[in-house]
Amino acid sequence: MKILLKNVSLLNPDQKLDKKADLLIENGKISEIGSIELDEKDGKVFDLEGNYCVPGLFDMHVHLREPGREDEETIETGSNSAAAGGFTGIACMPNTDPAIDSAEIVRYIIEKASHHLVDVYPIGAVSNERKGETLAPLLELSKAGAVAFSDDGVAVKTSDLLRSALEYLKMVDAPLIEHCEDEALADGVMNEGAVSTELGVPGLPSVSEDLIVMRDVLMAEYVGGKVHIAHISTKNSVEIVRSAKLKGIKVTAEVTPHHFTLVDESLRSYDTNLRMNPPLRTQEDVDAMIEGLKDGAIDVIASDHAPHSLEEKEYEFIYAPNGILGLETQLGITLSELYHKKHLSLAEIVDKLSVNPRKILGLPVPQIKVGEIANLTVFNPDEIWTVDVKKFLSKSKNTPFDKKLLTGKPTLTINNGQMFSQGKFESIV
Amino acid sequence: MSLSSRHLLGLYNVPKEDIQLILDTAVTFREVMERPIKKVPTLQGKTIVNLFFENSTRTRISFELAQKRLSADTVNFSTSTSSTKKGETFKDTVKNIEAMKVDMIVVRHQSAGVPKFLTQFSDANIINAGDGQHEHPTQALLDMYSIREKLGKLAGLKVCIVGDIAHSRVARSNIYGLKAMGAEVSVCGPTTMIPRGIENMGVKIYNRIDDAIKNSDVLNVLRIQLERKAGTSIPSLREYHNFFGVTEERLAKKEGEILILHPGPINRGVEISSEVADGPNQVILNQVANGVAIRMAVLYLLGTQN
Repeated sequence: MKILLKNVSLLNPDQKLDKKADLLIENGKISEIGSIELDEKDGKVFDLEGNYCVPGLFDMHVHLREPGREDEETIETGSNSAAAGGFTGIACMPNTDPAIDSAEIVRYIIEKASHHLVDVYPIGAVSNERKGETLAPLLELSKAGAVAFSDDGVAVKTSDLLRSALEYLKMVDAPLIEHCEDEALADGVMNEGAVSTELGVPGLPSVSEDLIVMRDVLMAEYVGGKVHIAHISTKNSVEIVRSAKLKGIKVTAEVTPHHFTLVDESLRSYDTNLRMNPPLRTQEDVDAMIEGLKDGAIDVIASDHAPHSLEEKEYEFIYAPNGILGLETQLGITLSELYHKKHLSLAEIVDKLSVNPRKILGLPVPQIKVGEIANLTVFNPDEIWTVDVKKFLSKSKNTPFDKKLLTGKPTLTINNGQMFSQGKFESIV
Repeated sequence: MSLSSRHLLGLYNVPKEDIQLILDTAVTFREVMERPIKKVPTLQGKTIVNLFFENSTRTRISFELAQKRLSADTVNFSTSTSSTKKGETFKDTVKNIEAMKVDMIVVRHQSAGVPKFLTQFSDANIINAGDGQHEHPTQALLDMYSIREKLGKLAGLKVCIVGDIAHSRVARSNIYGLKAMGAEVSVCGPTTMIPRGIENMGVKIYNRIDDAIKNSDVLNVLRIQLERKAGTSIPSLREYHNFFGVTEERLAKKEGEILILHPGPINRGVEISSEVADGPNQVILNQVANGVAIRMAVLYLLGTQN
């Protein structure tokens, strides 16, 4: 089957590509780039004036909830949600039940996702059952297909376990992804500060994050391993990562769209959809996130897509679970807040949402070249739309962005011989 | 005259006129309480549910007495475990009670924000009887009533709240209420019990009890909770008493009068000595009596709107 993308701007900073052209896909592969005509009866033609075609977007921080909480999300529904958000690849976190701490579960996830448009890469647990006691079988997990390792939800419990894990992971050159939170300082449920004091809600101090970022950076320097900081949220943590990079320490970092847009002031509503960990911080921190994205201290934008059932989000504020959905709003928020507000160029956004996460995980970056598999995202940075949670393909509905007006929307998601367009999947081979 | 809100969720952003109205209305009910027959028919036919998700004896009894003296029909629902732990969401629990057609809900809960959350799916008037470490508005109102009763005014008075400010809903409601009424408010306690950013609420901070006593017309002494993080926020109750306890010797150094309030229950020999707790400067039992009048006033004003 032939698909012609007409008048589209091809943009891939990884291959220094930035030009407007037509692109023809035949049976899932890029077959021609140039000025191309195709009769409607020979295939599908999309006039994509104003759209950009980039290497398929990648979200390296997703919670799929399967196995264990299939009522909240499954590998299938999470992948559908990713495609709807413009993502052709995701990495899924191991805090499932059971945790991704055996090769069997890694294979189970890969097998279940194998038919899908979206490539799913499991992240293995660092410790067995994520308990922070003994190392999970990292080499077996890696061999089965785990691309990184994390005890996400909590930090690697002790310094000696962290040291072992970083030493051991050098054998497979995989990063350790750290959820940075000192558990001794982790009693709270929102950012500690003037707002938590007024609201009478137990606070989570920013220093709880900073301490573990610092610990991990020093350990990465000492051991020589690779650490990736998940969902960075504090000004100090960004500064620690920035100076570590200057010293040549192998540390990278990601930030979520909510941490570069929302602040703790919004918690005055006691909306449980604003409860997340790390918590929403202050405007000063938000500004530091944007600064970090601009100067490269922060490499990646990732969603921390965390589905929760409606029932659980209707618990009382202090009992409600942490986390919000992210896959289907991530591109729109990023374009609205970073591109349209002139903080980042589109090429820089493609780096943060496609190129860098793959490089950190050691995955090839899709190339926009004749003969390559079409692993592409097409988006219109100027399309204005309103978020409607009822239309989400995720199985859960926990987002604070419902009804929000965004500028920038995915048009087509193409990968593995499949295309997602206007709410539907179809085979293109 | 009526209140500007259908609910009493806290004293944050509550206008001075509303607080004034509640305090003035309470004067009338305080007088009713001195009559041989302490009951008025004001809320006859109204149904009120007291929804207590956290242990409480005094506040619940005070509300219940206030309701009975206003001739309302009352039902109590008390549980110390959260409904979520029973596999029923909090919202379902409340909707069930709501389905029985109640006019007002008095709620106490461990989680901040619960009274506000209730307003989203209940048509009843909601009264906050304490939510987490957030607010306890009727306590602050009765504290203000007791101060005004004794000193004749609130505006211009220097009031210091002493104790574990970080974990106190009484402190927050008092700060909002007293400031709205024109009082100068300060807090005093060990640095570990003073929450970050409290100065944004417009209060002064004392870390020495002698300074607080010297510079205040009123001390509102909070209970130090024995069970709370013992050993990390303060080393011991003995040390707390030695450095922050309100004692006769400390009060004796003060030039001029000082009024002592305590929301109870008292830990004698910890935050306050027995001599002070039973002494001439305190109004602790007046606070208890005034509490019933304040709650009658709040219930009356909310229950008879429109």
